[in-house]
Amino acid sequence: MQAGNETLRPSLWRMMSLIRAVEERIGDLVAAKEIKTPCHLSIGQEAIATGVCAALDREDTVWGGHRSHGHYLAKGGDLPAMMAEIFGKVTGCSKGRGGSMHLAAPTVGLFGTVPLVGATIPLAVGAGLASRLRRDHQVAVAFFGDGATEEGHCAESLNLAAFYHLPVLFVCENNFYSTHMALKERRLKDNLAEMAQPYGIPGLCIDGNDACAVFEAARTAVTRARAGEGPTFLECRTYRWRGHVGPAWDLEVGAHRRAELDEWLPKDPIARLTRVLLEEGRSEQELAGWCAAIQREVEAAVDFARTSPLPDDSDLFRHIYATRR
Amino acid sequence: MRRRTYAQAIREAHADLLRQDPRVFVCGQGVWNPWYAGTSLQDLDKEFGRERVFDCPVSENATTGAAIGAAIVGMRPIVFHARMDFMLLAVDPIVNQAANWSYLFGGQVNVPVVIRSVINRGGEQGAQHSQALQALFAHVPGLKVVMPATPHDAKGLLIAAVRDGNPVLYIDDRWLYEQEGDVPEGLYEVPIGAAAIRRPGKDVTLVATSYMAAEAAKAVEQLAERDIDVELIDLRTIKPWDRNLLYSSVGKTGRLVIADAAWMSGGIAADIAASVAGDLFHALKAPIGRVCLPDVPAPTSAPLERAYYVGAEDIIATVEKVLL
Repeated sequence: MQAGNETLRPSLWRMMSLIRAVEERIGDLVAAKEIKTPCHLSIGQEAIATGVCAALDREDTVWGGHRSHGHYLAKGGDLPAMMAEIFGKVTGCSKGRGGSMHLAAPTVGLFGTVPLVGATIPLAVGAGLASRLRRDHQVAVAFFGDGATEEGHCAESLNLAAFYHLPVLFVCENNFYSTHMALKERRLKDNLAEMAQPYGIPGLCIDGNDACAVFEAARTAVTRARAGEGPTFLECRTYRWRGHVGPAWDLEVGAHRRAELDEWLPKDPIARLTRVLLEEGRSEQELAGWCAAIQREVEAAVDFARTSPLPDDSDLFRHIYATRR
Repeated sequence: MRRRTYAQAIREAHADLLRQDPRVFVCGQGVWNPWYAGTSLQDLDKEFGRERVFDCPVSENATTGAAIGAAIVGMRPIVFHARMDFMLLAVDPIVNQAANWSYLFGGQVNVPVVIRSVINRGGEQGAQHSQALQALFAHVPGLKVVMPATPHDAKGLLIAAVRDGNPVLYIDDRWLYEQEGDVPEGLYEVPIGAAAIRRPGKDVTLVATSYMAAEAAKAVEQLAERDIDVELIDLRTIKPWDRNLLYSSVGKTGRLVIADAAWMSGGIAADIAASVAGDLFHALKAPIGRVCLPDVPAPTSAPLERAYYVGAEDIIATVEKVLL
């Protein structure tokens, strides 16, 4: 798809709006104590998952962390199954064992998200390795936050992927916070994209709140990867509106950053694309119609989750080991 | 029957697997370096190409993680750690990721990876080149841990591990590499989770792991000369270990000695002893004996090493003790 394509921008808008609506709903359900598993919301950051996944094929794989509702949905994961998972239901995408932090949708290339930051970066490299060995031109995407760049996983994986020219996109969602700590409290320089250079990987610093820009950068990186030219590192700069975990705004949980938030709220990736769509001649009513459809979809998922059964006690001992296949 | 060394048997398993299954590949540090792996990987890269058999940067974490990622998307990797000690740099991908993956995602995704490591005891190699850390990994649900003691099992367990569909730690021992034994041709499996009776006996059950199974065989011969009839069991799989076979043996003999060349505290021997004491207390005619390493790091200097390592003599002394 081209960024200027008539269908691309509306689909980016709808996906971002779906992720936002789902997460706002999850936030309310957490506040109402109907959901108990820790939920890490990506509100404000929707453009990155949306833009990157729009550049991928169904067979391409994505690997995420604890803040991965957006990755799951943007890659095509089933919304009711994700909601049921967060409710701890047996109909969930991980059958009630994973919760919000452990999502899987293998049929659309999402083989698992886990909260130990950086842990899935080498796994994505392994998917790239498998792709090279099978010559199937599948691309693997590692989504990770700025905190994960401090882990050894990241440096080791960059070298491995670069050295073997593996088809991997390293997508750093730099929201400037690792739980409560700002990047400037953890790192001497704000230069994450430069991390790629010593390994011989192109490193781009892009506006992570511009879904079209993210899509364009990802598409270029995917093309490079499929052509056997190796990995790309994309630092997508964005901002986390809410707290590290839970629905509260970070201001409410004691992270004092009013000025930053005031600076970033107007950069809302959805509002930004809304303006573009209106300029292109879409009407307010049309967008309101899309919104209403999204809300219905979200409510249907919540209903499915609520009415689904909980796992049985005997389920505790299932799936520790896979049966041989 | 064909005679092969333990190291040759390991190599043969790799070669047969690489030949038979295009999903199999071998990676890790030292894969192209015979100095690291004895002859157990020798020239596999020449036979199967350096794309499928590849030496890696000094990155245990990423290499192991990448093998796990490749396994998750359908490959059958064998990742190699030339010293078990080095594998600790990859504990996150092994314990946090591979072990949990099937369970966490409700069995939709599994991790058919083999993580091979070598116990490199002795030879004045010191505390960070000698450790036998199987208990650390056997503690974790979702992992399987195998420790072959014979050339036959070295080949058959590696084949079973690659075909198992779960993360399997395959731990071999440098002190066994030159041992010869019968090794069948072709792809055969030694079932994971099944121990083997090496010698039937009626006076005492002696269960041993890995290198200690070889030491136990020597001990049993010497004890037989004195009319002490030992039933020797080679455990072969550490997790999950073969309760049925061991319990039926202890039920028969009423006495148990466990020989595991790792530290005593919190180890495999402790787990077996506690299980037998808990489940078969009334069958026991004597306290359970354990032959393990003392709880100290591996020393370097030769006299200290001699004091540290246990072997046939220690097994004999412990068997005598439980027969008193």
